Amino acid sequence: MSEVRTLIVDDSSVMRKIVERALRQAGLDALEVREAGSGTEGLEMLKENKVDLILSDINMPLMDGLEFLRQIRAQNLAPGVPVVMITTESSEEHVRQAIQAGAQGYIRKPFTAEQVKERVLPLLGKA
Amino acid sequence: MLLNGVRNAAIALGRATGMNEMERTMALSLRESVHLVSDPGNLDASVDEVFHLMLGVRCERAAGPPEVEPESVTAVVGFGGLLSGACVFRTGGLAAMKIAQQMTGMEFTSIDDIVKDGIGEICNMLAGAWKGKVPGLAANCGLSVPAVITGRDYNLHVQAPEFQLHHAYRFEDASFAVTIVCDGLQ
Repeated sequence: MSEVRTLIVDDSSVMRKIVERALRQAGLDALEVREAGSGTEGLEMLKENKVDLILSDINMPLMDGLEFLRQIRAQNLAPGVPVVMITTESSEEHVRQAIQAGAQGYIRKPFTAEQVKERVLPLLGKA
Repeated sequence: MLLNGVRNAAIALGRATGMNEMERTMALSLRESVHLVSDPGNLDASVDEVFHLMLGVRCERAAGPPEVEPESVTAVVGFGGLLSGACVFRTGGLAAMKIAQQMTGMEFTSIDDIVKDGIGEICNMLAGAWKGKVPGLAANCGLSVPAVITGRDYNLHVQAPEFQLHHAYRFEDASFAVTIVCDGLQ
């Protein structure tokens, strides 16, 4: 399996590590992970690095995940790259907003590695 | 003071969140459904969900208050929107390190930034899981980012809440308490 270049955006370093571990448990052993603590930091990373997958929290200080997603699309920073939101917000309204902003997937915290596998692998053509 | 700041951040978030007609109708009846919002079973189910999925442990309700440790860690996540208030997670220093260890697989010997971060995330997920169990609340109640307090000999006091849920739990030798404080319900 080729290496999957992944950007994980979350203001919690613990959650970034948990998401990375869940991706590996989901079968993505060959991961190259970059981490960002905010949407602003994530945008800067995308300007300098190519990635194959983006996972982002929504509720973050400075720039939330939805604005981060809108900026990715507006600035055409990662064309064709799937974005999955991982968040405590679970209402249909939040899911609708995320999809409108350009997300391809939505995972609610708390989550299992199996849920990550089900939502992420198909987006990478690895289901 | 801290609780007010956290809650104000959540209120701003709640205002920014859109609301469709069906949710608005449900929201109008939220005050009449206070017995559903304050159902203690929702808090127990939220704790079980978060700790089972994220830490792989099962918690049980403790009869008394959590064991007192000299140093404690408290995380606060504010609610804003149809419901204003906060979710407060409080545990001792040793229990906080054990929870962070279960979350990350790392060993901790002090309450460092990673431990505080982990406890903040636990509180965040508990707040999200709890509001997600009440129809009409999930979409119409924003969450603040977590604030974490560490120290000795402090108390949190909320004046005249609309309702308050306070439960103590334990898993293995770790104990903690979760409080949902509602000081405004529209």
